[in-house]
Amino acid sequence: MDRFTIVEIRHLNKSYRRGNQILPVLTGISLDIEEGEFLTLMGPSGSGKTTLLNLIAGIDKADSGTIKVGGIDITSLSETELAQWRALNVGFIFQFYNLIPVLTAFQNVELPLLLTGLSKKERRAHVETALRIVNLSDRMDHYPGQLSGGQQQRVAIARAIITDPAILVADEPTGDLDRISAIDVLELMERLNRELGKTIIMVTHDPRAAKKARIIMHLDKGVLNAHPQIDF
Amino acid sequence: MHILKLIFKNSFRHKLRSSLTILGVAIAILAFGLLRTVISTWYLGVETASASRLVTRNAVSLVFPLPLSYKERIRQIEGVKSVSYGTWFGGLYIDEKHFFANYAVEPKTYLGMYPELTLLPDQKAAFFRDRKSAVAGLKLAERYGWKIGDIITLKGTIFPGTWDFVLHGIYKGRDQNVDETAFFFHWEYLNEAVKKVSHSWVDQVGWYMIEITDPNLAADVSLKIDQNFKNSLAETLTETEKAFTLSFISMTEAIVIAIQLVSFVIIFIIMAVVANTMAMTARERIGEYAIFKTLGFGGFHVAGLIFGESLFITMLGSVLGIVLTFPAAKIFSKALSAYFPVFNVETETIYMDVGASLIVACVAAIFPTWRAINIRIADGLRRIG
Repeated sequence: MDRFTIVEIRHLNKSYRRGNQILPVLTGISLDIEEGEFLTLMGPSGSGKTTLLNLIAGIDKADSGTIKVGGIDITSLSETELAQWRALNVGFIFQFYNLIPVLTAFQNVELPLLLTGLSKKERRAHVETALRIVNLSDRMDHYPGQLSGGQQQRVAIARAIITDPAILVADEPTGDLDRISAIDVLELMERLNRELGKTIIMVTHDPRAAKKARIIMHLDKGVLNAHPQIDF
Repeated sequence: MHILKLIFKNSFRHKLRSSLTILGVAIAILAFGLLRTVISTWYLGVETASASRLVTRNAVSLVFPLPLSYKERIRQIEGVKSVSYGTWFGGLYIDEKHFFANYAVEPKTYLGMYPELTLLPDQKAAFFRDRKSAVAGLKLAERYGWKIGDIITLKGTIFPGTWDFVLHGIYKGRDQNVDETAFFFHWEYLNEAVKKVSHSWVDQVGWYMIEITDPNLAADVSLKIDQNFKNSLAETLTETEKAFTLSFISMTEAIVIAIQLVSFVIIFIIMAVVANTMAMTARERIGEYAIFKTLGFGGFHVAGLIFGESLFITMLGSVLGIVLTFPAAKIFSKALSAYFPVFNVETETIYMDVGASLIVACVAAIFPTWRAINIRIADGLRRIG
């Protein structure tokens, strides 16, 4: 079956300014990611992995070049349009889970749905489904502080998939987890990719995590290459 | 889950800081409310002044008297309904610390002109009947435990000697704003006594109170009265009761301005305190605001969270301050009843409290909101972990 290109990046450049100095981070990046792909970005610290991920997810702006996601050129969207686009099309998984500590697991997962027109009853049904997928139905009334790191990351994953976005971006999702929890989270992500067809773009330093992906790209000094070889 | 619930939860994430801020706002609003009440009390005489009453005094100064003979001449002027008169006695009860206002008045016309001073009919009749009698306000009588029939002794300052009065009446204010700490006795009693010592105040009065038939005639009648006594030994100055009271207040305007300034300084200080709380709060949560923005929440939502929290904390303190203002005003009123005969917290003061709180909350939230909205999401997310 033919799969269409969900992410299309062309001649992407991004640099940061440090005082009077301009530091190029990404140089002429071009990349296609097909729908339903599980892609890992690897590379040394400061190579621009997170920057590239942020650009694809629409939380940072490129200096030049284009990024099309699902056919929409997100580099041409305004901040407001970009916020609306993110709410519907991208699910985020962060290294430090980034849950709101004063909200329960249920309320954290429900957050993105507050921007939709769903009724309270519909929102509850969606949240319960998402928490069931991540196997945390029995923890929905717990606050992040009452959950383990692995459980918090699974709540974050439930929040990421709650609006049924086309792509999931994960920035070092196992970076703050012990080995067992990391395996759990990676297996969950693999399942989301395999069973629900989610396109996943993951940044990681961990070769074991990268192994779960079908495509591994290597970013070094702002230049993207197919990963030559990984020893697991 | 609702954004309001999140605002509520956020407000108490740092319990000690929020509680101290709420307490600070409460104390500031309490102090602001009391100071505004002092100011409104200062102007109370102006508010309660009747539009149909005029005051005629010596054109040179209030300390100079007017002849009693002016009464009939004033009464004949067109537009004048009735004329009364009074003199500031300035007597001391016990010593200087026990100050209260005491006046020698012409009882029948004076009480007739001031229906807001209500007296039981039998007490009124007794007051009219006995030249040595006096009436006191309820608060004044309560302060000293006076009862009907008591002999009240005042020590004269302007009019030397010891003056005994029989208390025949205790008046109440018809409205809440009426002064119930004054003391009235017969002008005739004073006049007879000063005649015996050939005092310069024999057959002289401090001022005339004039009731006019129509408030619209105030300017005309005032002019006619003053023209009537032009080039006489005691020229007059007639003005409305409101203008007369205002002229008194203008003598103490500097104090009123100082109180007003202090009340605004208090609000400014608490604004800085709340702004500091909100700045610290927003700085700590900048990562969370970045998460909200990442999830698709716009600047409007982030602003709502910060403004909401600022409003919640400030208004909580404000409500507490307003609630405390009433018992504090009662204590204040009792302690300083000699200086503030009426000390009621006006509705307008509550509106000012609420208005000041809203301004404090909004101003305090502006800078943190601006910062939270404008920070790049990627920079905000870097603050986490």
